[in-house]
Amino acid sequence: MDEARRVRIGRLRWHCRRALLELDIVFQRFWGEVGDDIDESTLDLMEGLLAEEDHDLWELVSGRRQSEDPAQQRLLARLQATPNLNTFATERH
Amino acid sequence: MNPTVRKFDAVIVGAGGAGLRAAIQLSESGFKTAVITKVFPTRSHTVAAQGGVAASLGNSEEDNWHWHMYDTVKGSDWLGDQDAIEFMCKKANECVIELEHYGMPFDRLDNGRIYQRPFGGHMSNFGEKPVRRSCAAADRTGHAMLHAMYQRNVKANTQFFVEWMALDLVRDAEGEVLGVTAMDMETGEIVVFHAKATIFATGGAGRIYYSSTNAFINTGDGLGIAARAGIPLEDMEFWQFHPTGVAGAGVLITEGVRGEGGILRNAQGERFMERYAPNAKDLASRDVVSRAMTTEINEGRGCGPNKDFVLLDITHLDPATIMKRLPGIREIAIQFAGVDCIKEPIPVVPTCHYQMGGIPTNYNGQVVIPGKRSQNEIVPGFYAAGECACASVHGANRLGTNSLLDLLVFGKSAGETAVETLKLSPKAHKDLPQSEIDRALARVDRLNSQKDGANVHETRLAMQRTMQKHAGVFRFADLLKEGVEKILEVQKDVQRTEIKDKSKVFNTARIEALELDNLIEVAVSTMISAEARKESRGAHVRNDCPDTAECPDGRDDKNWLKHSLWYKEGNRLDYKSVKLTPLTVETIALKKRAY
Repeated sequence: MDEARRVRIGRLRWHCRRALLELDIVFQRFWGEVGDDIDESTLDLMEGLLAEEDHDLWELVSGRRQSEDPAQQRLLARLQATPNLNTFATERH
Repeated sequence: MNPTVRKFDAVIVGAGGAGLRAAIQLSESGFKTAVITKVFPTRSHTVAAQGGVAASLGNSEEDNWHWHMYDTVKGSDWLGDQDAIEFMCKKANECVIELEHYGMPFDRLDNGRIYQRPFGGHMSNFGEKPVRRSCAAADRTGHAMLHAMYQRNVKANTQFFVEWMALDLVRDAEGEVLGVTAMDMETGEIVVFHAKATIFATGGAGRIYYSSTNAFINTGDGLGIAARAGIPLEDMEFWQFHPTGVAGAGVLITEGVRGEGGILRNAQGERFMERYAPNAKDLASRDVVSRAMTTEINEGRGCGPNKDFVLLDITHLDPATIMKRLPGIREIAIQFAGVDCIKEPIPVVPTCHYQMGGIPTNYNGQVVIPGKRSQNEIVPGFYAAGECACASVHGANRLGTNSLLDLLVFGKSAGETAVETLKLSPKAHKDLPQSEIDRALARVDRLNSQKDGANVHETRLAMQRTMQKHAGVFRFADLLKEGVEKILEVQKDVQRTEIKDKSKVFNTARIEALELDNLIEVAVSTMISAEARKESRGAHVRNDCPDTAECPDGRDDKNWLKHSLWYKEGNRLDYKSVKLTPLTVETIALKKRAY
């Protein structure tokens, strides 16, 4: 991976550290799923999404509000559909 | 190679509510002030505070600071220092009105005054009846507060160093604090922030627990840094828990779920609260419900393969009621528990929420430690405020909405004291001791060069699971004793963590390893302080300290009405007196804490 891309991903990963635990968990799952294979257009969309304030971001991520940008809405749908890594849920029975 | 040195009058670590409030005081007084922060200021964890900020404005009904003080002392189970509590409650109105003048969009009454809502534990006339004392901005109080204060700081020319991680304190041979070393995440460069006043406002360390409502940034950086510099940590055994966090995630399930008819069940499907609280059942107080849940889990009636959670069941409720009365709960259950709560119960555990202890300070925001002359000698040049500090106003348990008040009052107070001290200080900065700079560099160098070391993620998980099991909401003498041994074992792994990625630029693996260095100090201090305190008080409840005539609810004032002080060196414990004498009023006399 070239240095510029590595730095960009590193910065975006850090920008996923948020004020609200709910968002931290959703983004942690997302990176666990995509890893460093994330494509450039998704990186662009993530940058836009992460510029939102935390409460607004949670409204979008939780599906309480829809994005007006169809591409961003597709990313939100992907975030919402990322498999739940909560082992309590998958192992509970 | 020696790091770059940047000189400021004051350096503040942390840009949540306390840090921003302190910075306003310094910058508006004309002092050159730097604020170092891991994340953009308006993404600090203060954002998560929704309940409001307590102030006895009396806008809706009669109220006064003395009643607020009484509620706070009682809430603290008499472990809070009454001088600091009087100071905070008296200053509340001034700080809230100042915030209003900064542009904070508080909810309003029809007459234009700040709207005040009721909140648990807020009472009038010394515990007589509920009073409306909480000032809020819809459900975004913390967020609105940060925005108002950030804008004020921008206007006052505060210099922000965003995405910088503080590493270690710089203290000279006399113990004076001369600044802090910090790393720029974007370049990996380490810089010494050389200052005449250093203020820590780094927030809490809720991430020491496996189940925590705290965001990932809450890693107790200021506490770890202070401990490594020889500063003791005060009352670290006291942590506030919420009974229903989603197991494995920590996300809160509001008490409203039980209010609407939610039932807690164990692995046998039994509604176990009937045994613990025959009348209130699932609606018993937070403490009672949390202890019952822990007992069920510890006695082998927990659910899942590890029998380590219970179930919150609302499947018997009409789905329409769930959707109407409990908006958002279904999404949270699906997203974080992987269950649709209309069809299946939600796995829950008591979850860590707030840290009452911290870096010991007086009500002026100055860090104080025992010395030759007194129990509370000022550490020159060092201040702390907010959740990382212990003033101590929360004592053994925090009253709701006093956390935002704490950071406003003591952020301002620390800033004011620093301003007054700076006015009298010599123009030149004191010389920096090379050994202290080397100490910070050595910690990063160790991490960079470690071979065959411990995995950061696994070590952090081991710490979190140990804390959850051995020093959770309900504490058992044997588990605590075992917990001390276990956490000290985990500490050995923390000292040999290894990162595979050695790159300098935005290396989040390195940051997480450095954060773990801080978390472990908090975890060890919590376990050791909790094991040693042989009584039940506030949020620290032990199974071997029952309710007796001499010790109501297990509280032993004769032997344990004192603050714990844990020192990193030798894991030594010391104790100091609780300040029972307020500033101007009479002592609020000891009595059983009953609601």
